[in-house]
Amino acid sequence: MKNVILFALMGLAFILAGEFQSWSFSLTILNLCLISAVMALGVNIQWGYAGIFNVGIMGFAALGGAAAVLVNAAPVPEAWAAGGVGILASGVALLAVIGLIVLIRRKLSGQLRRYATIIAVIGGFFVIRLVYDPAVEAIESIDPAKTGFLGGLGLPIIFSWAVGGVFAAGGAWVVGKVALGLRSDYLAIATLGISEIIIAILKNEDWLTRGVKNVSTLKPAVPTAIELQNAPWFQDLAANFDANVIVASGIFVKLSYAVLFTIVLLLILWLSEKALKSPWGRMMRAIRDNRDAAQAMGKDVTRRHLQTFIIGSAVVGIAGAMLTTMDAQFTPGTYNPLRFTFLIWVMVIVGGSGNNWGSILGGFLIWFVWIEAERFGPLMMELVTSGMDPESPLRTNLMDSAAHLRLFLMGAILLIVLRFSPRGLIPEK
Amino acid sequence: MTDILNALALMSNYVFVPGLAYGSQLALGALGVTLIYSILRFSNFAHGDTMAFGAMLTILATWWLQSMGISAGPLPTALLALPIGIAGTVLFVIATDRMVYRYYRKVKAASIVTMMASVGVMFVMNGVVRVVIGPGEQRFADGERFIIKAREFKEMTGLAEGISIRTTQAITVLVTIIVVAMLFWFLQKSRTGKAMRAYADNEDLALLSGIDPDKVVLVAWIIAATLATIAGTLYGLDKSFKPFTYFQLLLPIFAAAIVGGIGNPLGAVAGGFIIAFSEMGFTYAYKRFVAYVTPGDWVPDGLLQLLSTDYKFAVSFVILVLVLLVRPTGIFRGKVL
Repeated sequence: MKNVILFALMGLAFILAGEFQSWSFSLTILNLCLISAVMALGVNIQWGYAGIFNVGIMGFAALGGAAAVLVNAAPVPEAWAAGGVGILASGVALLAVIGLIVLIRRKLSGQLRRYATIIAVIGGFFVIRLVYDPAVEAIESIDPAKTGFLGGLGLPIIFSWAVGGVFAAGGAWVVGKVALGLRSDYLAIATLGISEIIIAILKNEDWLTRGVKNVSTLKPAVPTAIELQNAPWFQDLAANFDANVIVASGIFVKLSYAVLFTIVLLLILWLSEKALKSPWGRMMRAIRDNRDAAQAMGKDVTRRHLQTFIIGSAVVGIAGAMLTTMDAQFTPGTYNPLRFTFLIWVMVIVGGSGNNWGSILGGFLIWFVWIEAERFGPLMMELVTSGMDPESPLRTNLMDSAAHLRLFLMGAILLIVLRFSPRGLIPEK
Repeated sequence: MTDILNALALMSNYVFVPGLAYGSQLALGALGVTLIYSILRFSNFAHGDTMAFGAMLTILATWWLQSMGISAGPLPTALLALPIGIAGTVLFVIATDRMVYRYYRKVKAASIVTMMASVGVMFVMNGVVRVVIGPGEQRFADGERFIIKAREFKEMTGLAEGISIRTTQAITVLVTIIVVAMLFWFLQKSRTGKAMRAYADNEDLALLSGIDPDKVVLVAWIIAATLATIAGTLYGLDKSFKPFTYFQLLLPIFAAAIVGGIGNPLGAVAGGFIIAFSEMGFTYAYKRFVAYVTPGDWVPDGLLQLLSTDYKFAVSFVILVLVLLVRPTGIFRGKVL
């Protein structure tokens, strides 16, 4: 009952935002809330089910975003002609080097193995660079102002949601293989590192995703506002509702996204709930609560952790692709760990770790507060500083940076929940 | 012969001198992380933002001193302001311990919960820093900019390549040597320092022999806050102050602490320099260096850069992973997390 009330209150907040601010604004928040909720679900699978502390959420979300580019962007045939072979060849070279290293590790032993590995790594690096560098240069010199990258497949962007999940799962497999055998602190630091590296790659490998030049030519998943305004059927529809066509088209677009995102959210929620209630879910919780006992019962803890880590990261990747879909552009420069990693953590903790409904509520609530705090921060600051001289430098400085109060607010919320209600708003049953 | 000297000068100017300064900054940061880990037994995610907070207070104090017309002559005024910054940061950090961490110590919470709390503290400090000084870049270095300018060096030695040493770089190294020496003396010789080592080594035995845990924790926070402020200020003097870069320093700092062996102060210092020199070495473009050391006019085509500068995080990360795989205790046999 309490949970229904909590969700009803959340709904009320959206209605209030719609009435007093604007419906378009309220729907924008709602869409991002839906995406945040999916991300929070992914993190909850890792943390709530298995106790894995992943601080690389940003990287997996960015992989999802990159998937949107690679699926949807129009292919650039000139670039493929110039450097496609080279890129493919360096890919093959990379695989060959990895294969060679695996072979060395398997067949040789002792000192010889160590030196052979080192030589293979160093030699492989230069061999790959030999093929890779000219190819990259060729690709990036093709009309750099407009393309300068290989482009994507030109498929509808909605496919990228699945591809984003696969990308993130692949990334998670690599990270998990390296770091999951270690204790929680190392895993946290390793994931923090890998997410920074993923962002660095996306920012610098211009041939892949145009780097910081951004890709803003993605085709949206639903009709754009302009298309709707020119469509006769939509003009009729708007007339029926007695609405302004321009306002109505904006709201229609956002509503369409909301419907799509809700479908994804419900699907993932349903699957997560199923998994949680299955023998698999019970096993995961057993591992989380008493690792040694579970191991004694013959459960392969590291393997299960890897599995959960991959699944959770895939969900985050899906959410990342959804985010890029809604923005219809990919901007690697905007990925910031505070917003993409630690804010998601606040959502999971506040909502209630281990409970999927809690994560969803947390995702909604925290994103709502995050956005509204940006608006209300300056208002509050105005109130606090109202006694001061309006021209004083202190006041103008505080007013300028008031929007950052929300970071303070998030920290305070996290600390208070962690201290006084560590099980969150909707605790695990 | 001159070619070799030129090559050496080139490397010193672009890799050795900046690496020494950067390594010192990382070493000071890693010392704070390692200290908190060995006494309070959690990885402090707020350490980067503690550095930012300390640097911010020092900058504000610097501006205040400057407005009163006080300066340190050829040295940066920030050195005079440093004690004020340290005092403020120590007070703030002790307040966070009282309000946040003490409770988790009392209930003997899992280290991961305390770590989560440190994420909360990180947010709060980040917010405070951005509200007070803003998210933008601040430069606050004043006084003499250079000890040796590249041009003077060239005139002095007649070489084609110059070495320039900035005042801030020299100060960074000097201050680090003093601080690290003091810290090691304190940990090895003083009564409180010995108590801290005993507590870090075996909490139960330390408690049995009458060591006051509250005092040990308090001193650990005071030292960590002092180190963080000094590290943050030196980094800001050497490069520039921007809140977000301090958050990003967290990764190399953790890498330094773990590579050296977490919980081991000597390891933290060594780790800081290992990470710094690797980052510098891997991202430096060796074109001119190779041109000097190879005979004749053979000049390579490319920049001969192993990795683009933007991948410096990858360097610390790869070293971290390698150490974790090959020797999880770190080079100096620290603890395993």
